[in-house]
Amino acid sequence: MRVNVDGTKCAAYALCAEIAPQVFDLDDFGYAVATPEDVPAALEVVTGEAIEACPVQAIRRLT
Amino acid sequence: MNIATRVAVPDGGGMAVRGNVREDLARHLAAGGDSALHHSPEAVLTAIRAAGLRGRGGAGFPVAAKIEAVRAASGPRVLVANGEEGEPASVKDRYLMRTRPHLVIEGMLLARRLVGADRAILYVSDAPSARSVRQALNERGSPCAEVFDAEPGFVSGEETALVRAIDGGPAKPTAKPPRPFEQGVAGRPTLVLNVESLARMALLTRFRRGGLLVTLSGSGRAPVLTEIRHGVRPADLAARHGFDAGRGFLAGGFSGGLLPPSAGDTPLTHEAMRAIGSTLGCGALVAIGRDDCPVAAAADVLAFFDRANAGQCGSCFRGTGAMAGAVEALRAGTAVAEQVDRLAQWARQLRGRGACGTLDAACLTADSLLLHFPDEIRNHLAEPCARCARLPVGADTRFRVHPIEPEEG
Ligand code: SF4
Ligand code: SF4
Repeated sequence: MRVNVDGTKCAAYALCAEIAPQVFDLDDFGYAVATPEDVPAALEVVTGEAIEACPVQAIRRLT
Repeated sequence: MNIATRVAVPDGGGMAVRGNVREDLARHLAAGGDSALHHSPEAVLTAIRAAGLRGRGGAGFPVAAKIEAVRAASGPRVLVANGEEGEPASVKDRYLMRTRPHLVIEGMLLARRLVGADRAILYVSDAPSARSVRQALNERGSPCAEVFDAEPGFVSGEETALVRAIDGGPAKPTAKPPRPFEQGVAGRPTLVLNVESLARMALLTRFRRGGLLVTLSGSGRAPVLTEIRHGVRPADLAARHGFDAGRGFLAGGFSGGLLPPSAGDTPLTHEAMRAIGSTLGCGALVAIGRDDCPVAAAADVLAFFDRANAGQCGSCFRGTGAMAGAVEALRAGTAVAEQVDRLAQWARQLRGRGACGTLDAACLTADSLLLHFPDEIRNHLAEPCARCARLPVGADTRFRVHPIEPEEG
């Protein structure tokens, strides 16, 4: 599984980084970026939860 | 700086630079124009691959790979010639469209055949360029391409912004994937090539060698548009045309950051510029003279990015604003050391976080200032800079270069 945050949509709600801190990283202004690597299998469930939780649907599942 | 730009035809005659009289269809054909259209698509593609032609818009992506990706796609395809020159210090694309519109059209016809596109669109905001190409299409008497009147702007020519604009939306980038070669204009696989890349494709079939348009400006001199071979050194280029680069360069337009004077020895090739952390970009070089200051130059460029970003990605509009603020404080002599530390952190942390390359260009501006000019930073923290105080700060960047006005032939 690979994910990415659509920078044009992210509104710095920070939920993703709370739910899956190993996958999402916030910058100094609170906007998120996802790991460019494949999400480890053990983290797929929390990553899915983060996708669901994002209030603006900014997180995209690429594969 | 409001100084007219001059055209410098290279010794022995240029391939793309032929002077500043607009070339009409008769002149174009008399000089061997449209000969590229007699070659088979396979032969042209082989020549492009062999020459290692890279996109001349800024990103420098291999042209053959772009063509192959769209060629391999199924269904109707689109070609877009990107004539939206958003880089303030570059005028070469407008030179081509204003002065050599038929060469651009020849490249478009060639590319269109290479990928089997059923639509060919020129995307441009510069009114004289659009007029020149429309007139050229009339001279040809066949509606072989459309001209799309774009909005001007630094991000307007970014390839996803261009697709969005042609499809009726705002000229602002979208998140990738998909890229235009997968899903572009009207959802179709779309080949987007810069107008110089298109001209180069046509020229390659005639001259069998590459070249590079460069816009040279700065140090209070009249800017120069010329053509060089890959590998020329910036220091030689500056000396030849009388520019003072005593305090370095801005490279790749505003996309390659600041370079120290020692970078004057780096050959102007894609690879060598990458190796020093910069980019050849659109081939615009700004010489920073002895009366200038790299801190003031960085402040000007970052203030430009702060105004010109598309205001879409939080990391970008907050980040460029913050970086511009920190460097402006340095310029004004009010910065404290802690601000410089934060600037360094943002310059690294924010890379790759925007939907387009604008944020990365802003990060590189800050990062390269910190990397190459540590003494200047220290001096600016210690006391206000006399050079900075003398340099103009305006509503627009002071590095904007005026496009060439073609003469009547
Ligand atoms: S939850 Fe959504 S809006 Fe919030 S930081 Fe993550 S991606 Fe951005
Ligand atoms: S990175 Fe900046 S310029 Fe690019 S789309 Fe995002 S906000 Fe706009």
